[in-house]
Amino acid sequence: MIQYVLRRLATSAIVVLGVSVITFIILHGMSGSPGRAILGVQASAEAVAAFNRENGYDDSIVVQYFSYLGKLLHGDLGYSYKLNQSVNALLAENAGRTAMLAGVALLLAIVIAVPLGVFQAVKRNSVGDNVVTTLTFVAYSMPVFLFAMLLIQVFALGLGILPAQASQSSSTFVIFTEPRAMLLPVLTLTGVTVALYSRYQRSAALDQLAQDYIRVARAKGLSTRMVLTRHLLRNACLPLVTLIGMTIPLLLAGNLVVESVFNYPGLGLLFFNSLNNQDYPVLLGYTLVASTLTVLGNLLADLLVAASDPRTQRA
Amino acid sequence: MTETVTDQKTPALIMPEATSGWRLAMRSFVQNRLAVIGLGTIVLLALFCFVGPHLYVTDQVSVDPVSSLLPPDGGHPLGTDAQGFDVLGRIMKGGQASLQIGLFAALIATAIGTLYGTVAGLIGGVVDGIMMRVVDTLLSIPFLFIVLIAATRFSSTVLSLSLILGAFSWLAPARLVRAEVLSLRSRGFVAASTVMGATKLRIITRHLIPNALGVVIVNITFQVADAIIAVSLLGFLGFGLNYPNVEWGTQLSNGVSYLFEGAWWLIYPVGGCLVLVVMAFNFVGDALRDSIDVRLRRR
Repeated sequence: MIQYVLRRLATSAIVVLGVSVITFIILHGMSGSPGRAILGVQASAEAVAAFNRENGYDDSIVVQYFSYLGKLLHGDLGYSYKLNQSVNALLAENAGRTAMLAGVALLLAIVIAVPLGVFQAVKRNSVGDNVVTTLTFVAYSMPVFLFAMLLIQVFALGLGILPAQASQSSSTFVIFTEPRAMLLPVLTLTGVTVALYSRYQRSAALDQLAQDYIRVARAKGLSTRMVLTRHLLRNACLPLVTLIGMTIPLLLAGNLVVESVFNYPGLGLLFFNSLNNQDYPVLLGYTLVASTLTVLGNLLADLLVAASDPRTQRA
Repeated sequence: MTETVTDQKTPALIMPEATSGWRLAMRSFVQNRLAVIGLGTIVLLALFCFVGPHLYVTDQVSVDPVSSLLPPDGGHPLGTDAQGFDVLGRIMKGGQASLQIGLFAALIATAIGTLYGTVAGLIGGVVDGIMMRVVDTLLSIPFLFIVLIAATRFSSTVLSLSLILGAFSWLAPARLVRAEVLSLRSRGFVAASTVMGATKLRIITRHLIPNALGVVIVNITFQVADAIIAVSLLGFLGFGLNYPNVEWGTQLSNGVSYLFEGAWWLIYPVGGCLVLVVMAFNFVGDALRDSIDVRLRRR
């Protein structure tokens, strides 16, 4: 186990390092001369060159990468010249609200998708299973923003019971303080995530249903409910752990779209606004954080699965 | 496997039909009703978008402010948008771009991925290890993020959007093809041809490529579906084709502001087409996977 953990840690570290190389290359290639960006278009070429020399921006690219990496290792993600704020501060300011939105949606999605998948597997090919399969297939084939627009149409414009915009409050816990204003964004993100997970959950539960231990449990005379909750559920959740780790980039992408559609001030909206400003330090800072989260998520998922299922360690 | 034992009382008499694997796959595909419906939908939508404009001619170039935001009626079956363009004609025009980008991006991604995966799988060892860490690294960067960042830098044309999407979505096919090559390499029939004196080139062209092709073809279908969704996201977030060109994402994005004024015809017809075509590609992909993968094929 220890050897497996060490190997996984090493590959994760290499991948994160690789991500930093890529973000550096893009940052370097896209944002051009930092001196020009800071001093403005009016500055003379000499002043720009002098600024770049003083701040090490005309060193060789390798030297620049290592100074970039050094800053990253000290937790410095860079500086947004457009917003005149450090990227760290910008991300920190918005991270809480995004974590709340994405976290609540993910939690809801798991709470819905797991029982739904088990229900579908137990009642496979019934009307209920087919209806759920069709609905999730449609939702799965739908871009996030379209899903959001459908919800806005029904609940905000049609029934008029929910606002079409997210709350503009700067509180981190706005989901809990103004649940009505946050219901549609949460529902959208939950809906697309359920569509993603329930297909896997159904086939995972189907696989488990065919296993011998289920038959043994039944033969012991356990009630269906006991078999499902005590035996099946735990084993059928294992693939979901891996799946959650793998779908972090999709969740973050969905979050980006939801925040732009509902105008919810978080990391997604910051990213969207930075796209339009071509504010690359912010864009790449968030990309780096998101990629690291993805790597950590995958690592955590693999370790959890390995801890609960020793067979995987040999792979 | 166990149930076949019972009817093998006279094994010598049971001769398998001399049918090729591809024909078997074809038969299994045609028997799948959803797959045929999916394929039919794709063909119909392609005809609608590419042949439709020749039968239903509309002006998609000049703005007509007088007839802006007209609800559907006889003259405009799906109404007009804010610029006065006929929405039905606009859907056809936008669909051409969306379908083209989806297909191009999928082909680019598959070409790069297949080549990369085959090379990694064939060389193996340290090179394979390095090549796969590169794939892991790129896979951990959220796709939409990197694609959006790339889109800020390039002018949006059908070609540039296809290239951007293709350039970042070859990772899944690369992994699939590598795994397939690795498993094929160690199969008995490859060892047999090596023993018979086949050259490396012959093994690659006669054995590895034809056998790995199934995985690649299945993957293309899913890639198209994903690319169509991805380009609609780019369009919706404002990085789609430039006016007066349009693809479905941009069209939806333009329609959103008028949704609040009740102009539903700007959203639902085009949104429906988008979902329909993505669903159709996913159906076909699922069915192809079931019929090409022998292990999953229904017998």
